[in-house]
Amino acid sequence: MSAYRDKDPRIHGIQSKIRVVPNFPKPGIMFQDITTLLLDPKAFKDTVDLFVERYKGKNISVVAGIEARGFIFGPPIALEIGAKFVPLRKPKKLPGRVISEEYELEYGRDCLEMHLGAVEPGEQALVVDDLIATGGTLCAAMKLLERVGADVVECACVIELPDLKGRERLNGKPLYVLLESH
Amino acid sequence: MASQDEQDPRISKISSAIRVIPNFPKPGIMFQDITTLLLDTKAFRDTIDLFVERYGGKDISVVAGIEARGFIFGPPIALAIGAKFVPMRKPNKLPGEVISEEYSLEYGTDIMEMHVGAVQAGERALIIDDLIATGGTLCAAIKLLERVGVHVVECACVIELPELKGRERLGDKPLFVLVSST
Repeated sequence: MSAYRDKDPRIHGIQSKIRVVPNFPKPGIMFQDITTLLLDPKAFKDTVDLFVERYKGKNISVVAGIEARGFIFGPPIALEIGAKFVPLRKPKKLPGRVISEEYELEYGRDCLEMHLGAVEPGEQALVVDDLIATGGTLCAAMKLLERVGADVVECACVIELPDLKGRERLNGKPLYVLLESH
Repeated sequence: MASQDEQDPRISKISSAIRVIPNFPKPGIMFQDITTLLLDTKAFRDTIDLFVERYGGKDISVVAGIEARGFIFGPPIALAIGAKFVPMRKPNKLPGEVISEEYSLEYGTDIMEMHVGAVQAGERALIIDDLIATGGTLCAAIKLLERVGVHVVECACVIELPELKGRERLGDKPLFVLVSST
């Protein structure tokens, strides 16, 4: 489900603030730059509010955010809904004991880590990132949380690139986005 | 000013929520892990509130946060005080045109970048990071903002390591911290 389809009046303002940068990080890619959204206090607040309205009062105790742009959207949501914030990081950044989940890139593999003890079995969790493309990173994030017994309620992103079919890679987990970009 | 002379009652819970990890990232370093603070919803809320109480209504239009842990604390503060959030990033992460500032590490140098056009000359800014050690990173952030004509009002961190004398490296820029760790 996406708010774009719901046509909440705030969506148009949010969409207009996202800058598309051609050929980054390599030729042919149209990069969805959310930093320009962050420069508009009202549009940034509306973005957070749309997620908070959806998730408040739903007994979600964990918001997991994916490094690094998930760190921008996750904490404000967590604070508003009264959940803890759990950073999911690239290897060797978290100082304590971690569990790791490997995932595939276009070329090669990468790894996502979470601190042991951050999340208890049975907790209800959201996974937040700025954008879903192929879904590989979100998939790894969900696996980390499920491995420690958390229930991933939904994945939430500002932007979806539906042509890359990331939604299908989430093994049936719901995905909520504010905007789609083709 | 470091923190309140008569310590705010919220400070001790914030301090006790921070986990110290010995010998990370290398032997002899006592790493201040703020991820445990983020798991304590009240202490994380109090952390943000302490900064918001200090900076709200002071005509600050820019909160610059240093990758990656500055991305966790900066946005909630920016949203609460009605300022824009500007991420200061490692090289080659920001997709648009950037300005870069090189700074010294213990061995070698690193580079910090900011998007051109994110801030306007004459704006008043805060810089946020989780911790100040030697002050090198904060110093680079100050320079980036000042190069485009922004007035840096203060640097704000959760934790200071006073023995590393980072405060002195900031020159005439004030530093506000919640917790001092020796």
